[in-house]
Amino acid sequence: MIEVEHVSKTYKVARRDAGFVNALRALWHRRVEEIRALDDISFTISDGEMVGYIGPNGAGKSSTIKVLSGVLTPDAGKCVVNGKVPWKERVEYVRHIGVVFGQRSGLWWDVPIIDSFELLKEIYKIPDTTYKDSLDELVTLLDLGKIVKTPARQLSLGQRMRCEIAAALLHRPELLFLDEPTIGLDAVSKLAVRDFVRRINVEHKTTVILTTHDMQDIEALTKRILLIGHGKILRDCSFEELKAEAEGVSGGSIDEIVAALYAKYHI
Amino acid sequence: MYLAFFKMKFLTGLQYRAAAAAGMATQFVWGIFGILLYKAFYETNASAFPMDFQALASYIWLQQAFLSLYFVWIFEEDIFQTITSGGVVYELCRPMDLYTMWFSRSVANRVSQAVLRCLPVLLFASILKRPYGIGLPVSIHAAFWFFISFFLALFTVVAFTMLIYISAFYTIQTNGIRTLAGGLVEFLSGATIPLPFLPDGVRTVVELLPLASMQNVPFRVYGGDLSGNEMYAKIALQLFWIIVMVMLGKWLTSRALRRVVVQGG
Amino acid sequence: MRLYWKYFAMHLKSAMQFKASFFMMLVGQFLVSFSVFLGIHFMYLRFPTVKGYSYQDSLLCFAVILLSFSIAEIFVRGFDAFAGMLANGEFDRILVRPRNEILQVLCSKIAFTRIGRVVQAIAMFLYVVATSEISWGVKQILTVIFMVIGGSGLFAAMFILYAALCFFTTESLEFMNIFTDGAREYGKYPIDIYGKKVLWICTFLVPYTLVQYYPFLYLTGRRNEWWLMFLPFLALLFLVPAFAFWKYGVRHFKSTGS
Repeated sequence: MIEVEHVSKTYKVARRDAGFVNALRALWHRRVEEIRALDDISFTISDGEMVGYIGPNGAGKSSTIKVLSGVLTPDAGKCVVNGKVPWKERVEYVRHIGVVFGQRSGLWWDVPIIDSFELLKEIYKIPDTTYKDSLDELVTLLDLGKIVKTPARQLSLGQRMRCEIAAALLHRPELLFLDEPTIGLDAVSKLAVRDFVRRINVEHKTTVILTTHDMQDIEALTKRILLIGHGKILRDCSFEELKAEAEGVSGGSIDEIVAALYAKYHI
Repeated sequence: MYLAFFKMKFLTGLQYRAAAAAGMATQFVWGIFGILLYKAFYETNASAFPMDFQALASYIWLQQAFLSLYFVWIFEEDIFQTITSGGVVYELCRPMDLYTMWFSRSVANRVSQAVLRCLPVLLFASILKRPYGIGLPVSIHAAFWFFISFFLALFTVVAFTMLIYISAFYTIQTNGIRTLAGGLVEFLSGATIPLPFLPDGVRTVVELLPLASMQNVPFRVYGGDLSGNEMYAKIALQLFWIIVMVMLGKWLTSRALRRVVVQGG
Repeated sequence: MRLYWKYFAMHLKSAMQFKASFFMMLVGQFLVSFSVFLGIHFMYLRFPTVKGYSYQDSLLCFAVILLSFSIAEIFVRGFDAFAGMLANGEFDRILVRPRNEILQVLCSKIAFTRIGRVVQAIAMFLYVVATSEISWGVKQILTVIFMVIGGSGLFAAMFILYAALCFFTTESLEFMNIFTDGAREYGKYPIDIYGKKVLWICTFLVPYTLVQYYPFLYLTGRRNEWWLMFLPFLALLFLVPAFAFWKYGVRHFKSTGS
């Protein structure tokens, strides 16, 4: 159960204009601009739900994920996940979550995948039997049998993403954050990843929060969608509702629907 | 074209104002420690001192002021990245010679870093009590040749680092080569101790190497430690090594590029 | 501890993936500090003594400082490379793992290539033991061990302090070099040759004399107060504010996320 109430977060960013004179001027003083990354965000997600979190770049998606994974402390608001405040009891909390950052690797670059897994076993203090079970399961479901002995740097992007997801699930988290898990993947790998995410959601009742720009991911996986823009939650509804809402504007592809929505909300 | 590169680098450099200030403070302290160290030796036994103390003090302050010009450890990660990731193919699409482009980029990078830092260090060093601060060049003649060899030394350094960049074409991991080269240059260029402090036999050999054509020449010309025919010979040697290393670099680049093109990156 | 060895094995495996490069780095690292040694060697060839200190005295100081620095660097290297970890988001990942973040940063880098320096420092020690006039007894050996422990701790504190500063700014930290690389470079001579002012600063501001100069005086018989040999432990106290500041930095990071 995830409960987020009135969470806000503001960043300060230094600005500088182009040109030589301005560069010199910036030596003496800097213009600081405030950016409201999260502006009074509230939502609730029940156990076992699979939620798509969408919005354009810079809308506040990753800030939300950071707050929920305990990396970032918000300025104001309440957030309770499975009875814990993420940023308060970090070590105890993160034992129960798994995070996949699609654009950065959490695997050890130069050693075989299986060694990375062994290290994670140690980090999460996974008991031997649990580790063996979940490793067997993940290897079968994600078809990793042939690649676990290969160093990460020699894998293709699709193979590596499958390993990343396995790495995030070894400790059987109750909650899984997927930050753009299908970015840059080919069609076959995308389908494999989607299929797998759906399965663990059903079989293990893992709650999944998915951020992505790939609307097919959203359509294939999630029933519920949170649309965020300028740090605010703009819509919290099902994919069909969202689709219906944009119906008049365009009848084309899903991407066009989303673009129309972004236009509608001026984001 | 190369000027545009230079300007861009310079502007990015300017942004890091605090970095520049901190860098300068660091340089002051290093300089002061260097001077104090040699002072201890000088006071213990002045007759064994191979340089005029003022010339040595100038040497140390110039070293600190122009650290980023002659410090071999400064590499541009981008260039290594471009080569090892195979992105060099895109660079080839640009209408200019790769070697020349990287060469001017490195020069620009070093100069832009030095310009910001050298003035405060030099200013600070010039208000220090003689002979611990920096002196004026011993003569106008010396100043002129200092100026010439100053740039030649910079080109020597860059030509040398170019060879290390190019080595990335031939091996994936360049950390090893970088550290190795850095360690060698540190000592043989007179960065650890000025070359006149070496015993005579060692010194004769070391001074012929390309590495001695770096900071060793201009800094000693400035303080008058190097003058007359010996100075002209050293400057000619600088020129010689630049030409040799640039030719070698260009040859290795074109050889490596042929391989890249044939294999399709 | 078990986790640390796991990481240790992992780093060793990674390093062995590029044997040629690893070996060259090892030699390179060795060369760098060897060139410093050559510098000392050639200076003493020209000047048999400086301010009453001999070649052996300098080598002793240099060996202690170099050994301390290398030990600290091998194990605490993760903090030294911390700016990079912040920039590429690796620290975010550390925060989503259920282990102490200091331990994880410690484990993130282990610089085996610094072994070259350790070997050199030990070689210099052996040379000093063989040639200097110090009569080696239990007290002397303990003093050296204390100096290295205190020195490693002090350098480690400096690295941690540096990492903690990275939370607030990443661009103005070059001055920290003075306390790490600078101390290593200039710690090769007994600190008082730089004069009284420097001695004062290195005692009360950053306690390098506690691990080098004062125990060194005791070791070489220049002073006889027994408590001098325990001074390095006082320097270890420097770790306390370093850790506190680090903790403060982590809190700051979690509230700005940048």
